Amino acid sequence: MSKIRVLVGTKKGAFVLSADGKRKQWDVSGPHFAGWEIYHLKGSPVDTNRIYASQSSGWFGQIIQRSDDGGKTWTPPGSSPEELKSPDGFPKGESNKFVYEGTVGTHKWYDGTQHPWEFKRVWHLEPSLTDPNTVYAGAEDAAIFKTVDGGKTWKELPGLRGAKGNLWQPGAGGMAVHTILLDKTNPNRIFVAISAAGAFRTDDGGKTWKPINKGLKSPYELPDPDAEVGHCVHRIALHPSRPDVLFMQKHWDVLRTDNAGDLWQDVGGNLPTDFGFPIDVHAHEPNTVYVVPIKSDSEHYPPDGKLRVFRSRSGGNDWEPLTKGLPQKDCYVNVLRDAMCVDSLEPCGIYFGTTGGQVYGSADSGNTWEPIVRDLPPVYSVEVQTLS
Amino acid sequence: MRIVLPYHLRNLARVEGEVELDAPNPPTIGAVLDALEARYPVLRGTVRDHGTLKRRPFVRFFACKEDLSLEPPDTVLPEAVVKGDEPFLIIGAMAGG
Repeated sequence: MSKIRVLVGTKKGAFVLSADGKRKQWDVSGPHFAGWEIYHLKGSPVDTNRIYASQSSGWFGQIIQRSDDGGKTWTPPGSSPEELKSPDGFPKGESNKFVYEGTVGTHKWYDGTQHPWEFKRVWHLEPSLTDPNTVYAGAEDAAIFKTVDGGKTWKELPGLRGAKGNLWQPGAGGMAVHTILLDKTNPNRIFVAISAAGAFRTDDGGKTWKPINKGLKSPYELPDPDAEVGHCVHRIALHPSRPDVLFMQKHWDVLRTDNAGDLWQDVGGNLPTDFGFPIDVHAHEPNTVYVVPIKSDSEHYPPDGKLRVFRSRSGGNDWEPLTKGLPQKDCYVNVLRDAMCVDSLEPCGIYFGTTGGQVYGSADSGNTWEPIVRDLPPVYSVEVQTLS
Repeated sequence: MRIVLPYHLRNLARVEGEVELDAPNPPTIGAVLDALEARYPVLRGTVRDHGTLKRRPFVRFFACKEDLSLEPPDTVLPEAVVKGDEPFLIIGAMAGG
């Protein structure tokens, strides 16, 4: 029977939630890395026991952790007891070494001056679709790094910052690569999204990148609402079977492209508000999309105190609220950009976590919801593994 | 010599209590940190930045009731620390609030 493993990153540690395919009874393990901020965990689609985690702290910086047994035990890559006895000698302790390539360069600062790039943390880890030792890391200040040795060493793909990086400017939440999407039909194509710079695409495996923000409009955030870069993209998502179709939750606006980002169109339709953070696509229905509308950029909580996921079965524009099992009064939590995901069972499961520490799950494509856990620290990220 | 690590770094390095190291020669702050990181590579980048080897902003160094955080890396540690009578403390700064 299938099993489900939900990986939850929180402000004070990581949690692993496990259930069988019915998704009714859950075991909770954790906190792992207690007291540390866990921005993101994600498992390799090739080897589901291989999970990577981004662990960080304002005091002690960035740590990368890796599990090879499905989240039971963890080790910073390169420092396992076996590796410490390696004939190659002591490891170099570089699994947390994220250094920008070449001349560091500068980006736009709050006062309009240029400011050097400074590594702060890894927001997102995206394991390769084909190799468990290859992972991409999205960093703050915005850059993408890659490991090909299971996380022991990381190397920047500096071409991304060459895509007008001098014009990128951090928003209030920082300036980070928070979304990395891989195209299973084209290993040379990668999409990333950056707050507050926009969406970008490479078609040559990460050597060169171009902004893909045509059609985005930010009249209240940018002096030129149609600027090539500078848009605050909160999240992008695609269905693996249709990688040229992407959906975007921007600071304001929900958008869609049918040509891999060459042109975007607004599909917010009848949403009560088109501000929000996460967006995701149903595992089996490429035209079914989920968002969690948030009242505004000034009030990061659901409209009217009602926590509602909205679903479109038509690829946008027509949206229906999904409320059964979710609090419909006095709810003032937020759902962050990396905190929603879908499993690949039938029917498709949807999961999301809140800043109030709840993780909700739906085992019927969003029709009904139940809290899996209620009292975790603020949830930063939720990922799910479907295990056969 | 004896080194006291903060809670989170003890967990990361998987050590309990104090760390004991042979005092480097000369026994400077930088050399002690080099020796510590050689013993526990996982601590690289957590006390000092990779590359620049600058102390991270919210990490402090105390010894013999003195704050050595702002002393240069080639500062020789007090004899009591070198002999192991007093520990060299690596501290996570107060968060406030």
